[in-house]
Amino acid sequence: MKNLKKVLAVLVALTLVVTCFAACGGNEGKKDDTSATIKIGVSGPLTGGAAQYGNAVVNAAKLAVDEINAAGGVNGVKLELVTADDEADSGDKAVSAYNSLKDQGMQIFLGTVTSGSCLAVIDKTAADQMFQLTPSASADAVIANDNTFQICFTDSNQGVGSAQYIANNKLAEKVAVIYDSSDAYSTGIYNQFKAEAAKQGVTLVAEQSFQKDNKDFSAQINACKAAGAELVFLPIYYTEASLILQQAAAIDYAPKFFGCDGLDGLLAIEGFDTKLAEGVMLLTPFAADAEDEATQNFVKAYKAAYNNETPNQFAADAYDGIYIIAKLIEQEGITADMSAADICAKLKVAICADGFSYMGITGAGSALTWDKSGAVSKAPMAVVIKDGAYAAL
Amino acid sequence: MGLLSNLINGISLGSIYAVIALGYTMVYGIAKMLNFAHGDVIMIGAYVVYLTSVRAGLHPLIAVVVSMLACTILGITIEKIAYKPLRQSTSLAVLITAIGVSYFLQNMALAIFGANPINFTSVVSVPAIKLFDGQIVISGEASTAIVVSLIIVIALSIFIKKTKSGKAMLAVSEDKGAAQLMGINVNQTISLTFAIGSALAAVAGALYCSAYPILSNTTGAMPGIKAFTAAVFGGIGSIPGAMIGGILIGVIEILGKAYISTQLADAIVFGVLIVILMVKPTGILGKKTSEKV
Repeated sequence: MKNLKKVLAVLVALTLVVTCFAACGGNEGKKDDTSATIKIGVSGPLTGGAAQYGNAVVNAAKLAVDEINAAGGVNGVKLELVTADDEADSGDKAVSAYNSLKDQGMQIFLGTVTSGSCLAVIDKTAADQMFQLTPSASADAVIANDNTFQICFTDSNQGVGSAQYIANNKLAEKVAVIYDSSDAYSTGIYNQFKAEAAKQGVTLVAEQSFQKDNKDFSAQINACKAAGAELVFLPIYYTEASLILQQAAAIDYAPKFFGCDGLDGLLAIEGFDTKLAEGVMLLTPFAADAEDEATQNFVKAYKAAYNNETPNQFAADAYDGIYIIAKLIEQEGITADMSAADICAKLKVAICADGFSYMGITGAGSALTWDKSGAVSKAPMAVVIKDGAYAAL
Repeated sequence: MGLLSNLINGISLGSIYAVIALGYTMVYGIAKMLNFAHGDVIMIGAYVVYLTSVRAGLHPLIAVVVSMLACTILGITIEKIAYKPLRQSTSLAVLITAIGVSYFLQNMALAIFGANPINFTSVVSVPAIKLFDGQIVISGEASTAIVVSLIIVIALSIFIKKTKSGKAMLAVSEDKGAAQLMGINVNQTISLTFAIGSALAAVAGALYCSAYPILSNTTGAMPGIKAFTAAVFGGIGSIPGAMIGGILIGVIEILGKAYISTQLADAIVFGVLIVILMVKPTGILGKKTSEKV
């Protein structure tokens, strides 16, 4: 009994510590001055396993905002970026991050970066009628409400696209999947992939899962190897993927690996032996080596601003996102003193109205348009990792 | 074949848990406190190894020694600053402090090393062993983890039974007051325990990150919890118990994943723990009356 009390006390203390941290984050950078600028909020994982994504989004959004402000703002009004860290959490941290952004005076929401966090806040943004444009949360359910729109393609597109690509190009007959069953993004793609694979006549010989923070994939890899899979489909994020590639190489198992946009970032992990990623195929809407002028300008500006780092698709999505918002603000005559709900009422109609389109760097040469569901017109494109860089397939 | 290879993976993972569990079990045995910051010392140790071997370009083994020294200093510092002033307080106060230290180390690492996880370069250069025409491959990291943890457990057991300092530890764990009356410097003995535990954490960090090469500021949290479970499993306070508990946890975890459910692997581990504790409340090798080092 005595021990039970101790355990309970510890649990209570832990809860207090955690909530305290969450609450502390809320007031950072709060300013009284809300009249001069239109505030765009970005919420994403700035720390933790998916930190590359969140930081890429914030960096690129900042770059775009600075460019727009340097050119005199939108209709003479300057934009201001406010940010919060949701750690790609799918619960309280995501909600705290969103609340913190509201405390900072956010009027338009460019977020969140990951699907799990996005699902945690969409009902809040709908209740607040906050215009929400997510750069990279790709789960189908993210855009269930009328105020939420995507810049990236949806998971069903990725799952179906991957299965079709594998079948059409006859990459393999026996396919295995390793997915993160604790993550909405990964599970979403897996389900769509499974359904489409059955239609396409691709045999799934092993379906393995893991949960957040797992580091040992030996059991999953052994199962894929034992089932004789020639291709392993990885609808997961790059941190886990890097471990899987290394652990598969350690037991001399070398199937083809095929992933989605979550694998973007693999090559940028410090210390990662990129030889292991050689031949890995993935779907992405953006290749930094594309030769069009807009992409080149963006890549150059990004590299100059951030230690010569090559921007990934998340950065590209966010960069497009700010310009899409800027275009909407200009077209609808949004002013800094309007409330978030008033802005949302105008923007959610304008973005899917006939005639609105945006020619960005993530559309592979065609202009982006939106339908009422919130999905963007964009098709996934497959690349392969060759000599430590993406190459078109 | 599959079973054998899963079993080896389980033993290798369990060996690393065992090395971490030693740190928990020794500190609990002597200072009667749960050092929840232990897992984070592992993370700091791994970062030191990374910095000295990859960034500074030293030989990996030298890097491990440097990391052991750094962690020893860190461990003693934590004990002196955070735990020693609370030695007369309730055990709960010390426990909360330990959790505080754990968060402090994690946030400090976040501030210094940044948020992006880095890929740890293995410190092990032992070649992989291939059995049955390559059907079973035991990676160098796995075999090294098993051998190193065995050596550590044996060496530690001998140290405690044969040396003067070891016997002093045993005495302090039996009865702090009586030990002091017999002329044993209790403070020094507790510091020594933290020093050894933290040095082992550095080794564990190097082994863990060599086998699972992603290093971030929360790397130590999960293995820390699992190793703590292993220590309780084997009987907290017992050195062979930590070894047995660690290996059992590792094997149950991997076999559970391979043959029952990847979703329920952790639930199975803790389910077995509950059953063991119901049958034998002090753990497998735990003694009822007094815990030994």
